[in-house]
Amino acid sequence: MSATLEEILAQALQELAAVNDLNQFDKVRVHYLGKKGLFTLQMKELGNLDPEQRRSAGQVINTAKDQFQQQLDSCKVRLETVALAERLAAERIDVSLPGRGLSVAGLHPVTTTLRRISKIFASVGFNVVEGPEIEDDYHNFEALNIPSSHPARAMHDTFYFDAHTLLRTHTSPVQIRVMESGQPPFKVIAPGRVYRCDSDITHTPMFHQVEGFLVDTDVSFADLKGVVYEFLRAFFEKDIQVRFRPSYFPFTEPSAEVDIECVMCNGQGCRVCSHTGWLEVMGCGMVHPEVFRSVNIDSERYSGFAFGMGVERLAMLRYGINDLRLFFENDLKFLEQFN
Amino acid sequence: MQISEAWLRSYINPAISTEELVGQLTMAGLEVDSVTPAAAQFSGVVVGVVVAMQQHPDADRLRVCEVDVGAQETLQIVCGASNVRGGLKIPAALCGAVLPGDFKIKKSKLRGVESFGMLCSEKELGLAADAQGLMELAADAPVGVDIREYLSLDDTIIEVDLTPNRADCLCVEGLAREVAVLNNADWQQPEAYVSPIGHQDSLTVAVEATDACPRYLGRLITGVNAKAQTPLWMQERLRRSGLRSLGPLVDVTNYVLLELGQPLHVFDAEKLAGGITVRWAKADEPLSLLNGQTIKLDPEALVIADDKQALALAGIMGGSDSAVSDETTNVFLECAFFSPQAIAGKARRFGLHTDSSHRFERGVDATLQVRAIERASQLILELAGGTVGPITEVTTTATLPQRQAVTLRRQRIQKTLGVVLDDELVTGIFHRLGMQVLATAEGWNITPPGFRFDIAIEADLIEELARIYGYNKLPTSRLLMRSELSPATESVLDIERVKDLLVDKGYQEAITYSFVDEDIQKAIAPDTAVIRLKNPISSELAVMRTTLWCGLIKAALYNTHRQHSRVRLFETGLRFLNEGGNTQQQKMLAGLVLGSAYNEQWGEPTRKVDFFDVKADLQALFTLTGCTVSYVAAQHTALHPGQTAELTDAEGQSIGWIGMLHPDLEKQLGFDTQVFLFELDQNLLLKKRIPAFKPLSKYPSVRRDLALIVKEDVLASGLISCIEDSAGSCLKNVTVFDIYRGKGVEAGSKSVALSLIMQDDTQTLTDPEVDAIVSRLLNQLTNKMNAKLRD
Repeated sequence: MSATLEEILAQALQELAAVNDLNQFDKVRVHYLGKKGLFTLQMKELGNLDPEQRRSAGQVINTAKDQFQQQLDSCKVRLETVALAERLAAERIDVSLPGRGLSVAGLHPVTTTLRRISKIFASVGFNVVEGPEIEDDYHNFEALNIPSSHPARAMHDTFYFDAHTLLRTHTSPVQIRVMESGQPPFKVIAPGRVYRCDSDITHTPMFHQVEGFLVDTDVSFADLKGVVYEFLRAFFEKDIQVRFRPSYFPFTEPSAEVDIECVMCNGQGCRVCSHTGWLEVMGCGMVHPEVFRSVNIDSERYSGFAFGMGVERLAMLRYGINDLRLFFENDLKFLEQFN
Repeated sequence: MQISEAWLRSYINPAISTEELVGQLTMAGLEVDSVTPAAAQFSGVVVGVVVAMQQHPDADRLRVCEVDVGAQETLQIVCGASNVRGGLKIPAALCGAVLPGDFKIKKSKLRGVESFGMLCSEKELGLAADAQGLMELAADAPVGVDIREYLSLDDTIIEVDLTPNRADCLCVEGLAREVAVLNNADWQQPEAYVSPIGHQDSLTVAVEATDACPRYLGRLITGVNAKAQTPLWMQERLRRSGLRSLGPLVDVTNYVLLELGQPLHVFDAEKLAGGITVRWAKADEPLSLLNGQTIKLDPEALVIADDKQALALAGIMGGSDSAVSDETTNVFLECAFFSPQAIAGKARRFGLHTDSSHRFERGVDATLQVRAIERASQLILELAGGTVGPITEVTTTATLPQRQAVTLRRQRIQKTLGVVLDDELVTGIFHRLGMQVLATAEGWNITPPGFRFDIAIEADLIEELARIYGYNKLPTSRLLMRSELSPATESVLDIERVKDLLVDKGYQEAITYSFVDEDIQKAIAPDTAVIRLKNPISSELAVMRTTLWCGLIKAALYNTHRQHSRVRLFETGLRFLNEGGNTQQQKMLAGLVLGSAYNEQWGEPTRKVDFFDVKADLQALFTLTGCTVSYVAAQHTALHPGQTAELTDAEGQSIGWIGMLHPDLEKQLGFDTQVFLFELDQNLLLKKRIPAFKPLSKYPSVRRDLALIVKEDVLASGLISCIEDSAGSCLKNVTVFDIYRGKGVEAGSKSVALSLIMQDDTQTLTDPEVDAIVSRLLNQLTNKMNAKLRD
């Protein structure tokens, strides 16, 4: 019997050594350890022995069985390792290939610029308000202290629909619309499309402006300077030089043009700044008493400032765009540069 | 306005460089646009005089001249100009001279005759674009003096871009006043001129339009020589202001305009019939202008007329019938004050813009006329001779602008500028500006001088103060303001979120013009009334868009014409509807998609984008708002009749459209592939549902699948709503997961596979309960939709 067990063990180990896959492995395992397996049968035969012999014989069988089980386990590990290695090899991909599906596009640079401007002003509590683009003469001109014969009208090449209806030439009418329908304090920016009847290398008949104004009981030119300074520094993310130049707008007084140190040449003088080192970026001033009068706000009690800037101009300076007309051609090669 | 720096410095000459001077003007609100040299660089040219001249032996057109250039010996110079003659004074370029364009003058031989220099024309010296013959210098020109010195060519031309309120600086004297103020320097106005009266002839002057013409001065000057030469110094000053010399009479009026800012006009007195009347024009009254244009007047135009006809458009332009010429001997010199309201906008109405109208519509000093007419008379006498008659003046004091005192309160300065300025500083600045200052308890009463017609209210004075004090010296404060919490509106989705979603889904944002090509507009929306611009910039930008598709289509074509076969664009903005004469401005969101569904890539098969790709993007948008939207098959003139849906909200309002561009339009507009479009009303799109919590069911859900055979025209949405209507509250979700046509399904029908998820909130659904629901559903589906369960 002992000899037979030895033969079985030897046979089992031999067969196990020849196993190459889990299928064969299972066959071998069942053949020896299954319900009708050879080792199982040996154990069953123990019942025929004397109780005294049974114990030692059982020990022998168990030892042989353990030996086989050990080999079985290590065989399994070997097979699994091989199988894993094969799977890993089979599943190898070229990770340099691009990902699948839709690609992301982008916002128009004007929108991106408008968002940055709005975000900066929203952070100090300015509300964003929009107004109509087809405006009436009253809101676009009259209420802003630009009567029909005013020479400043010549500076606004206006698109008309009829004698009283026009495309707004600036975002300033939003000032009037907000002030005539509420009570101070006001802290508003008004972004949007504006239109001038002018088209050449440096003018498009439509462009974008952001108007901003603040009206409260004690607002001074010093506050205006502070807001403008801080806005420009926030927008250009740079401690740039800013200067205020006296100017004229019918709806503000005192009025100022704001220049920044040329961002193309750092104020050294270049083609973009006409070799002056300065770039005009916005107009501003203290709200004119006539404007307050037209919206029934007491200019003795309240004061305020307003400013207006060209969004395309700021976008051009920020991103180094050299041709205004590109903004409205919608060439994907242009737009995709800002994705 | 452009002006010679030397002329300006002849009034006031602070010890600062040109660059500093220009900087001062700009920072005082008189923005300098450009600074250019008055003449090109050249050297070695002196005043010469032709002392003798003879014909060149071998060339008909050349002369051999002996020229005195102030040296010990005369120079022999060969010259081909036709106007060369003995005694003529001319610019002579010596050997070694360098003319503009780096043209070096050397000793040379012309057809065998030696020439030691060159006699020059204005063109050769870079003083004019063109010239006929040599430049003729005045008889008293000092021989041998450098021509740059003689003509004061080492000068710069300063171009100032003046804002409309500073018309007082539209003359040299005005700028000089400013420069004096800025440099705290004394400045004296030149003495008044009075010409001796030589005769008593005059014309009657009647002013009918006294509001428009508060002051009119005129005088006759007889016996002038209109052919006289304008002296070089005046020609040069005019040239440096961009004006050509047009004979002494016109030159004088232009010169006084530049010097004092007062426009004047000279009429040929012989061509006038009777007296002068300043009146409003009659309807359709004709007037031939100096520029050759003949206009038809109307009663809103102010004219200067004689007894017969309108002679001039007052303050704007003279007429050709009464214009001075070389033959003129007697002139009527006009110097008036027209009110800005009478002139403003009038020139533009006739397509005109003149130096005179530019000044009158902005405002001219109403106290200047006597001084100006005397100055012009003096110069005419000096240049063209003649004798002056008495001045006829018609002044209506009541309509003449009065300079009122303006109150300035100390406290207001601080409130506006945020700084306390010393009284002394304040009064000092106003004194320098020529204002009369009267102290009061709260501040001052300040009367501006006649030329500062822009000063009318307190704010004007504060601006002047700030301007002279210096904007950049004024304080800058850090903004400390009342703040209010801003509401966080949740029932309206921010459009920016929608834009971000579209960008993430591969749509590029476009911005197109709000006015569009009427042809495209008509092709897309033939039945929609448009709003038309009265003065469009071109026919391609003539009507306001009634749909954002117009611009997107143009933008897409721009790109398909440039090798882009896949385009995904969106735009937000207003559309403009003409609803029975009322303008509606509606905020829209629109998109356009063409080409393949994905960029060409290795991991996805290439296929064309279709309706459902685009619909998925819209569904994603409505996921953001959580609102229920129906896609109803509908017809749209621009879209494919079988691939168009109108989007409606729960109340049945139309939110917008999605569909394929109609194949006819696809071809007509120049696309070579299918184009999908959508456009949504932002107001309805952005309505957001605020989430409301529902308790979670603890019980398991059950899924049942149904495959239904229905006719082709049965819509999936119909099946789903039929199921939803009859299933009861246990039904949680219905999904179409397959559509099948072919073997086993007869032609004209389709098999629609649906999965139903059912769940009860209070118990576990048993199989018999589920079966009962399904069989109820099937009954309804059979009755209403004629659906059969597929075997």
